[in-house]
Amino acid sequence: MMWAGVLVACASCYALKLAGLSLPASVLQDPRVQRTVPLVPVALLAALVATQTFSTGHHLVLDVRAAALAVAIAAVLLRAPFLVVVASAAATAALLRLL
Amino acid sequence: MQIRRSVIRDALGIGIATGAYALSFGAISTAAGLSLLQTCALSVLMFTGASQFALVGVVGAGGSVWAGAATAALLGSRNALYGVRLSSLLERSGWKRAAAAHFVIDETTAMSIARDSVPESRLAFWATGAAVFTLWNLGTLIGALATHALPDPKVLGFDAAPPAAFLALLAPRLRAREPMAIALGAGVVALVCLPFVPAGVPLLIVAVLVAIFGIVRSRG
Repeated sequence: MMWAGVLVACASCYALKLAGLSLPASVLQDPRVQRTVPLVPVALLAALVATQTFSTGHHLVLDVRAAALAVAIAAVLLRAPFLVVVASAAATAALLRLL
Repeated sequence: MQIRRSVIRDALGIGIATGAYALSFGAISTAAGLSLLQTCALSVLMFTGASQFALVGVVGAGGSVWAGAATAALLGSRNALYGVRLSSLLERSGWKRAAAAHFVIDETTAMSIARDSVPESRLAFWATGAAVFTLWNLGTLIGALATHALPDPKVLGFDAAPPAAFLALLAPRLRAREPMAIALGAGVVALVCLPFVPAGVPLLIVAVLVAIFGIVRSRG
């Protein structure tokens, strides 16, 4: 099941890339498409941040992950590299659990 | 010649940066429960960072792989728009175009459209694609192998890593007021629906709402 999902997702992502290079430009240059598509990653990434920080299963929770996110936000504002942002968040959660 | 060298140097620089970030992808994917082979397959075959993080993030949080796959595909939709911008710069022949498509990602697009002539754009595209592809997969493998050896990834705070990764991917897209408002709204909507729908579905609800918003806004 995992493999099927992984492979279908890979095929979908490749199809989207190929479609961009292959479809007539008029289809994808439609103003509705041009306006809407860049908003999708913004909304999805924000929803991923929110759900993966403030929930476990179907429950809303406030735990060390919120502190880890605060540290990640500070790291982003300081223009830290990607790996530093991720590692500082993980280290914060690990340290707070040790206390 | 000098331009050629600077294009290749830039490509390597970007490759090394994304390789470092692939380390965290390999680690997060393994901690989420994907096998080493599945983790590496994602980096070889999907080869688009945000979608890969989304799939393993949804699975790691207890969602179904299908919800993760749908989220990954939705995040991959932006690559189609990159293709439109690259289409006139890249080779038109069939197999080269099919190969080029695999390399259509944030980094190759940015490097390619920044160049002044078609040959330079083409070189930037292929050099960046080759560098990022190589180091992205190497980083994934190292990150996954390192995490395989760990007894309990949660002790090391691995559950706090995916939101930080999503945040780092999101931050460069928040330079104006509208995306900031959309991001906050999306976060709230996802949390409000979360207790009532299957895992991963809040993301799909958010995607539908933002699509409706975008279409309505582009009319007015």
